[in-house]
Amino acid sequence: MAILPISLGVVPFGVIAGAAMVESGIPPHHAIAMTIVSFTGAAQLAAIDLIDQTAPVAVIVLTAVIINLRFMMYSASMAPYFRRFDALTKWLGAYVLTDEAYAISISRFRNGDLSIHSQKWFYFGAAIPFWATWHLSAALGVVLGTSVLSGVSLAFAVPLTFIALLIPDLNDRPTILAALVSGGTSILLGFFPFNLGLVTAVLIGIAAGSAFEQRSTTQSDRTAATDTGCETA
Amino acid sequence: MMTEYGLRTIWMIFIAIGIGTYGLRLSFILILGRMGDPPPYLSGLLRFIPATVLAALIAPTLAVLSVDPGVGFEVDYAKVAACLVAVGIAWRTENVLATICGGLGVLWAVQAVV
Repeated sequence: MAILPISLGVVPFGVIAGAAMVESGIPPHHAIAMTIVSFTGAAQLAAIDLIDQTAPVAVIVLTAVIINLRFMMYSASMAPYFRRFDALTKWLGAYVLTDEAYAISISRFRNGDLSIHSQKWFYFGAAIPFWATWHLSAALGVVLGTSVLSGVSLAFAVPLTFIALLIPDLNDRPTILAALVSGGTSILLGFFPFNLGLVTAVLIGIAAGSAFEQRSTTQSDRTAATDTGCETA
Repeated sequence: MMTEYGLRTIWMIFIAIGIGTYGLRLSFILILGRMGDPPPYLSGLLRFIPATVLAALIAPTLAVLSVDPGVGFEVDYAKVAACLVAVGIAWRTENVLATICGGLGVLWAVQAVV
């Protein structure tokens, strides 16, 4: 199954998310229930990071939802295939929709070699083991708890996890530029109240990335661009 | 780190995130089942979100600009070194565990030496 290596790759990420939850003082069984209710990787880690800083509730929720806006894109992309599924499949399928389940399913669906029935089970066959792996590893993090993240520098595992998620996503120059601009701006706007610097930096980064993309598609052969590779941000 | 928020507030935060996230996942599947691929301008903007959000979460752990009592700029060089190594490992291996271990190893090594 194609989902296996990807699922295993998410284990350390889930362990850290679970550990960060109990580290913030959330009781273990509540931490697990919250993980199931939200079922969101990077956004959960970002939320717990902001909860630790006692950022305003609206900013925490807004940040998490912005991180998850990409699910709307996956939802739109999957919609034509989900159209003929029954209602239960749609509602349950939406809950277990992740980056990983989307990536694996959409490439297979586009091949066009699966019947509707097989598509449904291919999707759940990828999405449900991933869901289970995420929660088992988060539960492991909750149990290990402070012993995983104790000590100031172990909390640094959280931004390191973000790096591990960020780097494979930097596939082209507009994305690299958007990330650099967003990272740089987030430092400069760190003094903004209510952690609004984060949201502002993200919007400026997206604007920079898409402006650069527009420019390079209009004059496509010019390849003199910003230095790639070193992502200091 | 301990938050000042009570369990009730944290629950409200996660329920709101859960509802919001589920709404995003369900949105087009439920409503626009007849549509083809999303409009290109929308996916063109949305595709930058993961990279920009992650970068904006990482960067402030490395350097802080303060303006309150006077302008000051502080860089945590040990963490910058650790991040550079982590970036290198992530780029080469795309392995989450190796990236975390490599970064933490460098941070501890630098902190032990300095």
